[in-house]
Parts: sequence; structure tokens; C-alpha cells
Amino acid sequence: MLTPVPDADGAPFWEYAARGELRVQTCADCDEPRFPPRPCCPHCHSFASEWRATSGRGRIWSYVVPHPPLLPDYAAHAPYVVLLVELADAPRIRLVGNLVSEPGAALGSVPPDRVRIGARVQAVFGADGLPQWVLERP
Amino acid sequence: MTLKDATAIVGIGQTAFAKHLPESERALACRAVLAALDDAGIDPGEVDALASYTMEETDEVELAKAVGFGDLTYFSKVGFGGGGSCATVAHLAAAIAAGQATVGVAWRSRKRGSGPRPWTNTSVQLPTPAQWTRPFGLLRPADEIAMLARRYLHEYGATRDHLFNVALACRNRANRNPAAIMYDRPLTREMYMTARWISEPLCLYDNCLETDGALACVIVGRERARDCRRPPVYVHSAAQGLPAQHHGMVNYWNDDPLTGPAWAAARHLWKHADFTPSDVDVAQIYDAFTPLVPLSLEGYGFCGRGEGGAFTEGGALETGGRLPLNTGGGGLSEAYVHGFNLINEGVKQLRGTSTSQVPGAATCLVTAGEGVPTSALLLRN
Repeated sequence: MLTPVPDADGAPFWEYAARGELRVQTCADCDEPRFPPRPCCPHCHSFASEWRATSGRGRIWSYVVPHPPLLPDYAAHAPYVVLLVELADAPRIRLVGNLVSEPGAALGSVPPDRVRIGARVQAVFGADGLPQWVLERP
Repeated sequence: MTLKDATAIVGIGQTAFAKHLPESERALACRAVLAALDDAGIDPGEVDALASYTMEETDEVELAKAVGFGDLTYFSKVGFGGGGSCATVAHLAAAIAAGQATVGVAWRSRKRGSGPRPWTNTSVQLPTPAQWTRPFGLLRPADEIAMLARRYLHEYGATRDHLFNVALACRNRANRNPAAIMYDRPLTREMYMTARWISEPLCLYDNCLETDGALACVIVGRERARDCRRPPVYVHSAAQGLPAQHHGMVNYWNDDPLTGPAWAAARHLWKHADFTPSDVDVAQIYDAFTPLVPLSLEGYGFCGRGEGGAFTEGGALETGGRLPLNTGGGGLSEAYVHGFNLINEGVKQLRGTSTSQVPGAATCLVTAGEGVPTSALLLRN
């Protein structure tokens, strides 16, 4: 499987995720959340930022179901569901992630026909520290 | 100074298109460039400007040395892969209009039909923007565009039949074009609806053809153009588009992900043009994936937001329809050479030599990849 190659701006996201926390970079001066992370605020140009905790709740904005040919590790799990989740706490922030049946479950653990745009999801964390999503009403 | 009709495309050239061609990308590039210069009636020694776009393996030094260009005074390489195709012509037009050069060549050479694809390689590097997508199995461009397509279908009630209309229009044109990879291979609705998935909701026929091949075109100032072998095709308006708060291959993170770089390019393109979308006789819309067409039809103003799917109904994209599209077959059915065949097909239409000629075509829109930072051209004869 591919693991994230963080840059300096993105590293805190992955460090918090490894501790089971879903945090979002937010301007410490104007309070505007932003994603993907970057050095300064595009609204007020402040370089001061904080990583604020989120509830980890969101809704499915869209999803895809990749089929092979894929990288071998992913092909073994296909077809699997990749979500784009709009965060309840910051609706303009959307995160890509996998829908799974329970924390740490395999990529293909939820059948694609269970997925709907708009469905509520909750962030969980697998053993590898990547955020994953489970349906609030499986 | 304005770019409007100040320069013209006076030569086009291409190699064969195939899944596998024996020659190297460099050799293919040389063949396409020499063919374009011969088409224009211009000696290679007169070339003093080059423009290409990233993911091009034949560099300027090698091309200039092999083909025998003169001293180059301008060379440019546009970023973001398939979003840069039209920008190559735009950069040369700007350079020539500003007096930085006199004869420009733009080209694209690829062996993606027989060569390696990045996502088949487990040792693939993860560029840092990909940290937010690829670890989750969103691996290929098709997966990233499918995410937008799913939302587009959901939000506007567009259907797979609309995407099929796009695939069919391109295939029907390719069936008339002997140079197209899909020349003798008709497509039916049954084939489309039962095709294997690539990334749901996109199936096999929603995806372009990975191709070996090369193309080139020659650009000169309007005075010089009058003396060339072929009738000039004027660069009427040109634009690039990298919208505010953009990100990478596709942008899921702006306020409205369904309005992409096409909207930014279109605003500039029409502002500097003497005509409007309703004056466009024929269009060559970048079609690496079928959903890019409805998104681009909206972005370039041929219809309103959310109306791109419905626009494809009733044969609108076919010969004789509201907007005949991708008349060589496009990336979906002629060849996927990062969009450069769309530029040359636009020139053929305005010369009256397309295999699916739109009678009396006088204006043509050509676009580059939507999703990535993009570019576009309005051509006229």
C-alpha cells in the first residue's frame, strides 16, 4: 500500500491522525480553516496557524469505486469505495478516505451498493494511522 | 498590442497513431515536426521558437539538433501535462506578436500506448499533493475525475446516457477518419452500458486511448502567413486558466469543485474575442474522460451550469448538430496524444480538409485538459 509522503505543511495532519485525532489547519488570526495545509492564510495572509480538533463527523460528497488494473495491493482489495467527505464542522473542507465496516477493516469491506451521496459518516483510525470512515447508519 | 489574429498556424504534421510504434519518442517528434514544416513550406533552419508542455520527453536541445533548427530565441515549456496543449500555441503567438521570434514550432510526442504507465508501478513516487488522495486508492486520473463525475451526475440529474452521447460522437467521427485508432470500430449503446468498469461511474468507453504518436504545428506572424503553402488559420484568442485556490489534478477543495479551470480560461478567451460561444462552428474539447466534455461545455459558455449533460441530447455533438465536436475522433477515439490532435484537427476544419468536415466552418474552439490548470484557443480562417 502507498503511505503518505508528507510535506512540511501536511506533516501535522498525519501526526495527529497517527494518534487517532482528525485535526484541520486553521488560521490563528482570522479563524478560517483551510485544506490542503499551506504556509499562510489566503484570506488574511497570517503565517500563524493552529491544528483544531474536529468532531470527525461528515457527509459523503461523492465517491468512486475503482476496479483493476490498479497497483497490486489495491487490486487485491478492489472493488473498494473511496469517499470524498465534507466535514460537518467545516463544510468547505473535504477529505478523501476509504469507507470501511469497522476501524482497521479492509478497503473493500463495505459493498458499494451501501453507499449514498449525503450519507453521514464518522472518522475512525486503522492500525496504520490513516483516517478511515464508517457509516453512521450501516 | 493584442494577440487577436496577429499570428496564424500555417503547418501541421503528425505520425501514425497506434498502440505500438517501433520508433522512439524523439524520432516520432522529429517526423511530426518535419511534416509540419513541410506542410507550411518553411525550412527547419528558419525555426527560432519552440513550445512544449510537461511530460514531454523530447527536449528542446535534442529536437533542435536533430531537425536542424536555426538559433532559437524563444523556448517555453508549459506545466500541468494535458492542460498545456493549447498554451504552447498561445506562448508562441505571444512571442511572435511581441517580436521575440518569427517561426515557432509546438509539438507533442508520446509512447503511452506501448510505454510505461505510472500507476502500474509499485515504486511510484508520491508527489506531496498526492498525500491526500493516493494512499486511499485514488490512484489514476480516471479515479480522480470519476469522483467529480459522480457528484456531477448526482447534482444535475445527468446520466450515463449523456456520457455515452459524448463517447458516441467521438467514435462516430473516428469511424470516418482513417488515421484514427478506432477507424473501423463502431460503438453501440449496448457495448457502452455493458462495458467493464474502470472507476465507477466511469466505464471503459469513458476513457481515452493510450497511444503512441506525435504531432506538431507551425506558427508565424500574419504577414508571413500569407506567403505560406496553405491558407492561414489565425489564432484569434488564447488563454490559460489556473483559478483561485486551485489544487493539483482535480480540485475537491474550492468552494465549487464542479467549476474548474475551464471557467477561468473562458473568461479571458471570450473577453478578447470578436465572437461568442454561439458563433463557434465546431469545437475540439479535451476528452481524456467523457465527463470533461459536459463540464467544459458549461465552462466555455455553450450552456448554463448543470446543463452540459442535456446539451449532448438529440445529436447535438454529431455532424449537423448544435456543436459538432472532436471531429477527428478526439482523445476518446482518434488518439490520446495529450490533446495535441485536437489542435491539428481544428486547423483541418478551418482549412476545409477534415474527414468530418463541418460545411463552411470559420471558427473553432480548441481546449486543453479540464481539471488541471488549462488553456484554450479560438481559431478562425
